[in-house]
Amino acid sequence: MKVTLKVWRQRGPETDGGFETHEVDDVSPDMSFLELFDVLNERLIAERKEPIAFDHDCREGICGSCSMMINGRAHGPERGTATCQLHMRKFEDGAHITVEPWRARAFPVIKDLVVDRSPFDRIIEAGGFITAPTGSAPDGNLILIPKEVADASMDAAACIGCGACVAACPNGAAHLFTAAKAQHLNLLPQGQPERWSRVVAMVDEMERWFGSCTMHGECEAACPKEISIDFIALLNRDWFKAQFKQRRLAGQVA
Amino acid sequence: MSDIKLESKVPPGPLPDKWDEHKFAVKLVNPTNKRKFRIIVVGSGLAGASAAATLAELGYEVTMLTYHDSPRRAHSIAAQGGINAAKNYHNDGDSVHRLFYDTIKGGDYRSREGNVYRLAQISLDIIDQCVAQGVPFAREYGGLLDNRSFGGAQVSRTFYARGQTGQQLLLGAYQALMKQVSLGTVQLHPRTEMLDVVLDDGRAVGIVARDLVTGAVRSFSGHAIVLATGGYSNVFFLSTNAKNSNVTAIWRAHKRGALMANPCFTQIHPTCIPASDDFQSKLTLMSESLRNDGRIWVPKEFGDERPPHLIPEDERDYYLERRYPTFGNLVPRDVASRAAKREVDAGRGVGPRQNGIYLDFTDAILRLSRSVIGERYGNLFEMYERITGDDPYSVPMRIYPAVHYTMGGLWVDYDLMSNVPGLYVLGEANFSDHGANRLGASALMQGLADGYFVLPATISDYLASILGTEPVPVDDPAFTHVEADVQDRVDRLLAINGSRSVDWFHRELGKIMWDNCGMARSHESLDKALGEIPALRDEFWSDVRVLGEGETLNQSLEKAGRVADFLEFGELLCYDARHREESCGGHFRVEYQTEDGEALRDDEHFAYVAAWEHAGVDKEPILHKEPLEFEHVALAQRSYK
Repeated sequence: MKVTLKVWRQRGPETDGGFETHEVDDVSPDMSFLELFDVLNERLIAERKEPIAFDHDCREGICGSCSMMINGRAHGPERGTATCQLHMRKFEDGAHITVEPWRARAFPVIKDLVVDRSPFDRIIEAGGFITAPTGSAPDGNLILIPKEVADASMDAAACIGCGACVAACPNGAAHLFTAAKAQHLNLLPQGQPERWSRVVAMVDEMERWFGSCTMHGECEAACPKEISIDFIALLNRDWFKAQFKQRRLAGQVA
Repeated sequence: MSDIKLESKVPPGPLPDKWDEHKFAVKLVNPTNKRKFRIIVVGSGLAGASAAATLAELGYEVTMLTYHDSPRRAHSIAAQGGINAAKNYHNDGDSVHRLFYDTIKGGDYRSREGNVYRLAQISLDIIDQCVAQGVPFAREYGGLLDNRSFGGAQVSRTFYARGQTGQQLLLGAYQALMKQVSLGTVQLHPRTEMLDVVLDDGRAVGIVARDLVTGAVRSFSGHAIVLATGGYSNVFFLSTNAKNSNVTAIWRAHKRGALMANPCFTQIHPTCIPASDDFQSKLTLMSESLRNDGRIWVPKEFGDERPPHLIPEDERDYYLERRYPTFGNLVPRDVASRAAKREVDAGRGVGPRQNGIYLDFTDAILRLSRSVIGERYGNLFEMYERITGDDPYSVPMRIYPAVHYTMGGLWVDYDLMSNVPGLYVLGEANFSDHGANRLGASALMQGLADGYFVLPATISDYLASILGTEPVPVDDPAFTHVEADVQDRVDRLLAINGSRSVDWFHRELGKIMWDNCGMARSHESLDKALGEIPALRDEFWSDVRVLGEGETLNQSLEKAGRVADFLEFGELLCYDARHREESCGGHFRVEYQTEDGEALRDDEHFAYVAAWEHAGVDKEPILHKEPLEFEHVALAQRSYK
């Protein structure tokens, strides 16, 4: 196979970037998309040109490092697939492929295709946890969790924190990420004591960085773990309820 | 430094009481004094994140470094199958003692009894802790925790969260860590790579790191240093580890005086997707849990190129079931891997490159239905299909062993402290609990045991002894000298400007290691590797090409530093493999095998931990021995027949 890559290059956060075009021959259909970049980078090094920077690590679709807009789509054309698990057999011979970094104001470019996703960590820091100091836990089987509940929680917890949902959203909103992280915990019995404070704190922090949700649904389509947009509805429900629950905590019965 | 004395510090007394007695014996630090101690934790995987969170909960001031953009990305996240615990929820005869016994036996009798017993005891608390944090473990319909079985055990003691157990456990630890970050008790430094350890008066007092975004080299000073930086499988280039996993942190500590123990104990995982071409950048593991329901076979005929469904039942060899009737497809990893190699080497391999064996789910689908199999392994099947283009519901998977985990690592005592006072090593980075072979679902158990429960209980013993001291200031010559070393090395790598890329050298090293020190090793092959590695290293330092600058994000430069360290470490691994003239666990020497090809241990001469002291690059390392004593388990030839 042969492909033509149009790749975003940017030296640093403060400099302007631009596209660079590279033709790559001898592409095998069994190659992963990141292996295509490995091959291209080897060639660039041989030509004394600086290789293209991109985030990657596990290459098994679980660490959430990889982050490429491929032909305008987060993680490329294949549904439920992170960039590292995308294979060249999904492209046609002679394809023209445009590759950009995540496009979102909250994720500034560090270099080439590498962006800063630390606002996600800030959202977790704000409340994306269950307070359970080490050593204080009761026996695991003391807390009965119906299978359906554990499964629903796991559906949300599958989020890999890659940021594709934000990159795909026309508003640059992080509702799918925040919803997945909040509902993973809010659905479980262990998560109930902090449920209302959690959702308010996480949403407040989210709104400091990201845009608003207008239910376009692009996030669900881009999510490599196919996390359902239904979780956003649950997030909104919990946030709404929290307004009353929180007031009740303050002694103001709703 | 010939005055090194290796004291394991395993307490005396009956096995079940050792840990309790020890916890009572260690000195404590009172709550108001805890905040006067600063502890630096390097690495944010299961061991590092759980340690940092727990130490901060206790009141210590913690500094956490990771080279990832977020602590959540460490490679623990990729563990699929599960985590062991001796809960005996299935009433199938499990107990702490049985988990202890299985781990000692599975490790081929090359681990410390005291450490392993403690690990089995703590396994109970880990599950409770993780459930309380909200890890969504699989449940039965009645709401109780579900279990599955794993290789090397005849009981069901493995807890799991679909095929993403490592991810969920890591997120639990990461969330606990981020809570501490929000409280200001943990200072988090992402995209920061540790490049050296600083010693003062023989104690570990800090580290030097490079900010990967700005390139700035800076020092961090603390009362104790905790390395939780994972394993070194990537010395083989192709492995199931993440691309960035490396040996640098523990190798730098080794060069500053910490002993490296049993580096030749490397684990080859039996169920990975075989390499498909020369551009292959890494290998992908398929969880061992698949062996619960999948049957492993090869065609009886050599070079049989018929598609699998056209090969009739009586022309298939289910070789694991035939050779090991008791454990069948669930034999431990080392046994399963060697058996696969034997079939492929004999010419019965399958697939376009004849480099695999079949893992077949046809019978399980008939017995249990497609939907039950889908529920158990659906995400793994999808992953397999994405990578290979084949659908495992209808075509058997093709698998082959790949380097996956390293049992060796820095030597530590019962407190997890290396021979350098103040330097602690956790998780895969230490050598402690798995002997010569790790059982499936035990890595997560050990990482979390070290981080949540062992280190937080033992570190006070050391800290109490230095109460009242201030951390060494970072402008002290102890720090500035090491900073200059680090900067000098960065500058040297950028200045070589040779003709070959870093990856080229890494692949060459990987080939040397895999061909000569992989699944089968011999004195002859190891001699060969020990001749080739220094030559490749010299070539690296004269001909590597690292482009770009040191003052920006420069991934080639990061890789170059790591490969430079692998080029030194690989040599030590081969020295260790050559000196250990026996076969045990993941270390298989072709000279030492039984008539039917099983590993032949030599307990008389090699029942010890080999801890190596660095004597300088290009010099032979110095061997120190810690004898292993077995009071509670009788040493026996491992048999899974």
